Amino acid sequence: MTIREQFTVPKKFNTVAMALMAIGILAVIGLYITTHGCKGTEEEKHLSDARFWASLLQNSVFFLLVVNASMFFICATTLAWGGWQMSFRRVPEAISAVVPVIGVITLAILLSIAFGSNHTIYHWTDAEHVKHDTILNFKKGFLNKGFFAVVSVLTVVLWSVLGWKMRQLSRSLDEKPLPNLEENKKYIWKNTIWAAMFMIVFALTVMSSIPWLWLMSIDAHWYSTMYSWYTFASTWVSGIAVIALFVVYLKNNNYLELTNEEHLHDLGKFMFAFSVFWTYLWFSQFMLIWYANIPEETTYFAPRAQGIYKGIFWMMFVINFLAPLLLLMRRSSKRNYTTITFMSLLIIFGHWLDFFQMVFPGPSPNHVPVLIYDFCIALGFAGLIMYVTGRALSKAPLLAKNHPFVKESVIHHT
Amino acid sequence: MGQSPFIKKFITGNFYDEAVLFPAVKKVRRAGYRIHDVFTPFPIHGLDKAMGLRDTSLHTAGFIYGITGTATAVGFITWALTVDWKLNFGGKPFFSLPAWIPIAFELTVLFAAVGMVLTFCYLCQLAPFVKKDHFNPRSTDDTFVMALECTDKTNESDAIKFLMDAGATDVQVQYKETGWWLGRYDKDTMRFEKKKEEVAAH
Repeated sequence: MTIREQFTVPKKFNTVAMALMAIGILAVIGLYITTHGCKGTEEEKHLSDARFWASLLQNSVFFLLVVNASMFFICATTLAWGGWQMSFRRVPEAISAVVPVIGVITLAILLSIAFGSNHTIYHWTDAEHVKHDTILNFKKGFLNKGFFAVVSVLTVVLWSVLGWKMRQLSRSLDEKPLPNLEENKKYIWKNTIWAAMFMIVFALTVMSSIPWLWLMSIDAHWYSTMYSWYTFASTWVSGIAVIALFVVYLKNNNYLELTNEEHLHDLGKFMFAFSVFWTYLWFSQFMLIWYANIPEETTYFAPRAQGIYKGIFWMMFVINFLAPLLLLMRRSSKRNYTTITFMSLLIIFGHWLDFFQMVFPGPSPNHVPVLIYDFCIALGFAGLIMYVTGRALSKAPLLAKNHPFVKESVIHHT
Repeated sequence: MGQSPFIKKFITGNFYDEAVLFPAVKKVRRAGYRIHDVFTPFPIHGLDKAMGLRDTSLHTAGFIYGITGTATAVGFITWALTVDWKLNFGGKPFFSLPAWIPIAFELTVLFAAVGMVLTFCYLCQLAPFVKKDHFNPRSTDDTFVMALECTDKTNESDAIKFLMDAGATDVQVQYKETGWWLGRYDKDTMRFEKKKEEVAAH
């Protein structure tokens, strides 16, 4: 079997990516004009401005966490000394190369919201308000601009640097194969150490502090320790969906000869399992609050599950839970390229809606914003991911052929 | 070879290596012999595929058991707490679905798990105190045992020679009474997928 190692980005691929990015930029401009054109009271203007920033916040944070989930995938499989993913490992590697790009965009958005004069989204940034707000005063040590800025910047830098290190380790073998077993063992061990470092950073950020800072602090009075896990589940399953989409795309273009339906089956299993996992976490968070029925806790779910955002909640329930549960349950559907593509798109959309639910009821409590602009901005980010991932894919061979575990992936069987 | 329909004849062979077993399975199937089963001390990846076994329907059964569990839990709690014995829990409505989901979940898992274990035992004809016949006791220790089923058309000495050429050792001819506990292979026509290759007549 001849293996086409070098991916060249098709013209059409880049055209589509560019078109999507253009749609995104136009949507940002359009949204800015519509939200800043109105004349009204000071408060109305603030709400309208917050609508604009909330949209950017939702999209940038969602897509940043989704592409970062690719590096989590690599590090988790590396730590488990798994070999099955080796035949397509360059795909998540390429996706994780988007982290610095979207990271910079996200940081710019986050810092402008935190340091801006409009405190509608993060009302803990309003020093006057915090003074006579007992709860926020108590949380001052965590929720303050300085801490927010430092932790956010540090997080994105660490993700980017450690991700870059993992990619370097993988590519260092392309030119010079390892001579003997000892060297192979050493190489795996080095990979393990770096993956563990990434994992520690990941655990301290995505799985704990970062969603609290970036998303939960929109409802600053409310808190839930499960929130970060639940956010992680959401982005992790979407991250797997993104990997699956790129794998299917490359397969359709006659690349990735060694990847077959066995590997797709495992990706499908991940999508199935973590969809259920997401539902489990969502419900666990909900049920405790529903049972205790304490007003300061129920404020979070009142608008989302029962109030005006109820429609989106039920849509999410169907897309993120019922559809994956029923459509991905069968073995044959997990091995089918069409089903996996369809389900990937559906899952990404569903969890994007989930992030919509996390962000918008805070700054827009009285009406549900029309989703058109937000969706177009999401398309822009999708275009950006396509463009940068395509470039990264074309820079390195598609198969890490000298990695000690490649054979495991070739004979992989589910 | 007129023999009783209740007695079946098998030819068994031992294999010591997966690398020999897999090509042997392929060769035997291509030659048109019917593999009754291959007994191994541990699961071997890909052997089911090589033998052309159809997918198990155990998971379909599991799904049905799971649904039954969910329905039982939701149905019973609904009946108990809205019809039979209404209780006021913290002012919540009598019909409060969120509170029932954990129990519905547990019962789904319980029904699916127990049901699948029992179904698995039935499909493999396993039960306490039942002695299963597995042709060669070494299949529980260190060798892979392939059992060919002889039909009226099978030439015994040809088959033995074929098996030995394919790498089998300790080739034996065994007679077994068909019965429930042996596995109802005589009625199980779906056991093997439809063979795609042309089969040579024996």
